[in-house]
Amino acid sequence: MITAKPVLLKRLFLISFFLLIVLMVVMFLGLSSGPTQISIRSVFQTIVGIRTSDSMMHSIIWQIRLPRVILSALVGAALSLGGLVFQALLRNPLAEPYILGISGGSAIGAIVGILMGFSRFPGVSLTAFSGSIATLLLILAMSSGQTILKKDALLLSGVMVNAFCAAVIMFLISMTQDSRLHNIIFWLMGDLSFGDMQQVGILAAILLPCFFLVFWLSNPMNLLLMGKEMAQTMGVHIKLVTVTLLVATSFMVSATVSYCGLVGFVGLVMPHLLRLVFGPDHRVLVPACILGGGTYMVFCDFLARILPKQGEIPAGVITAMIGAPLFIYLLKRSSK
Amino acid sequence: MKPSIYVNNLSHSFGETLVLKNISFQVPQRDFFIIIGPNGSGKTTLMKVISGILKPQNGELKILNHPIDQYHRKALARTIAFVPQMTFADFPFTVTEIVLMGRSPYLGILGLEQENDLEVANQAIAFTGLEHLAHRKLDQLSGGEQQRVYIARAICQEPDIILLDEPTASLDLAYQVRIMDLMEKLKTEKGITIVMVSHDVNLAAMYADHLMLLHKGQVVCQGLPDEVLTYKTLEETYGCTLLVDESPLGNFPRVTLVPRKYSIRE
Repeated sequence: MITAKPVLLKRLFLISFFLLIVLMVVMFLGLSSGPTQISIRSVFQTIVGIRTSDSMMHSIIWQIRLPRVILSALVGAALSLGGLVFQALLRNPLAEPYILGISGGSAIGAIVGILMGFSRFPGVSLTAFSGSIATLLLILAMSSGQTILKKDALLLSGVMVNAFCAAVIMFLISMTQDSRLHNIIFWLMGDLSFGDMQQVGILAAILLPCFFLVFWLSNPMNLLLMGKEMAQTMGVHIKLVTVTLLVATSFMVSATVSYCGLVGFVGLVMPHLLRLVFGPDHRVLVPACILGGGTYMVFCDFLARILPKQGEIPAGVITAMIGAPLFIYLLKRSSK
Repeated sequence: MKPSIYVNNLSHSFGETLVLKNISFQVPQRDFFIIIGPNGSGKTTLMKVISGILKPQNGELKILNHPIDQYHRKALARTIAFVPQMTFADFPFTVTEIVLMGRSPYLGILGLEQENDLEVANQAIAFTGLEHLAHRKLDQLSGGEQQRVYIARAICQEPDIILLDEPTASLDLAYQVRIMDLMEKLKTEKGITIVMVSHDVNLAAMYADHLMLLHKGQVVCQGLPDEVLTYKTLEETYGCTLLVDESPLGNFPRVTLVPRKYSIRE
């Protein structure tokens, strides 16, 4: 007789609870590091509200560090989820918003928005969204006629789209001469250092509905892995599900790009690690990627702040240094 | 009794090419119905239309007396299950997880299974004799075992009709018989109507209650196995020399391929 496996809901709660604890710990780590030395104990006391006397420490933690840590968590969650969705829809384990060139496309859109003097929200977010949708359509057009874009073709076209986007970005930057230049370059490399609570709140308001939408479609994503035809005969509205997921994902990616620039390879690391540990069921992987991706990004940002002796390096540099070798490893393994 | 599948004057084309031409047939309930025909005769397209993957363009298609387009997506999935020709999984789901996917048309808005769904899945696994593999990953199984997993998934959908597109292709002899026996058991024990596309006329002759022969998108003939499998119709359709006699096992035809060196006809 088969032993009944734990009901999914219980497993879902256990995994989410565990990952939430990990996220909390890493966020706490992020809160305790920075140019001003604040002991872990004081951070804890400030957060839970025991200690409110020291107003400077209070404002450093609440107005500088906390927005940044929450921002990192949101960005990591959105990009990891983006990677997971693209891997499922394109049935390609190497798919990822940055590798596919979708991040690059939205970066062009975002730069155009910045140069036109729009505010981050809604102006720049919307131009970034148009950029990402344009690249998405380009990728889908290149893959049309085939049920699955072949692995190598997909990667190559992604490299080309990225190269093209990089050229356009350089062109746009070289055409501007004002003070915004430095900002753009730093932002482009994945910058998490802006931010007040209000902007973080706007980003959360954009991303959270997308998270729920993707979770709601996580079972259809499982079925899609069995092939479009089988999924359809199990009651999945293929077109609706695919389009909704692609648009929601592009929306999430462009929102994060317009706030933090290009943070690459995040959508590769966490989905793979979590799939290895928890299996391929998307109903588990979606919440796991949201929490785990957030953890990963907060940790990368933590490294970006403590590694250099002075100042900090963009978080995108750290994620690329971890993600790119992993990508090469996965490529080598999958081509066997 | 109302037929489980009723097809009247059905035509289907891809662009300019007409793939199915005025097809009409009925499949009674609890029938083992096998569609045979040469490559490119439109068998797979017909299966896709019946399963709801392709929309019928011309003609009538009723499933259990209701036009197929009146079915809600999930209601249709609770009525018809489809086992496609070749499926592959890149992601390592376990056998139980894949069989459980068959419960999807029954799940609520969050798509989470209840205890009773697991019960149905376990019964489907037991019915197909996969208990010992229940926790194995699909990509570790042989072709015949994978085919049984997909059939178990179809059973788990608790449909009235199961459609299979060449389920025995590329399986070894023992597995061919096992899959066909399994389908017959499904028919007799669970009362499920089986509609199958097959290339193997001898297997078809041994198991089918009714046969239908397609050629170039049209029905050549349909009926009982010994009405359809005559050397004349087969030779005309397939364009090769054949010998048809009675099977030593019973009252149904046996088809033997005749190589040219043994052929006495020119």
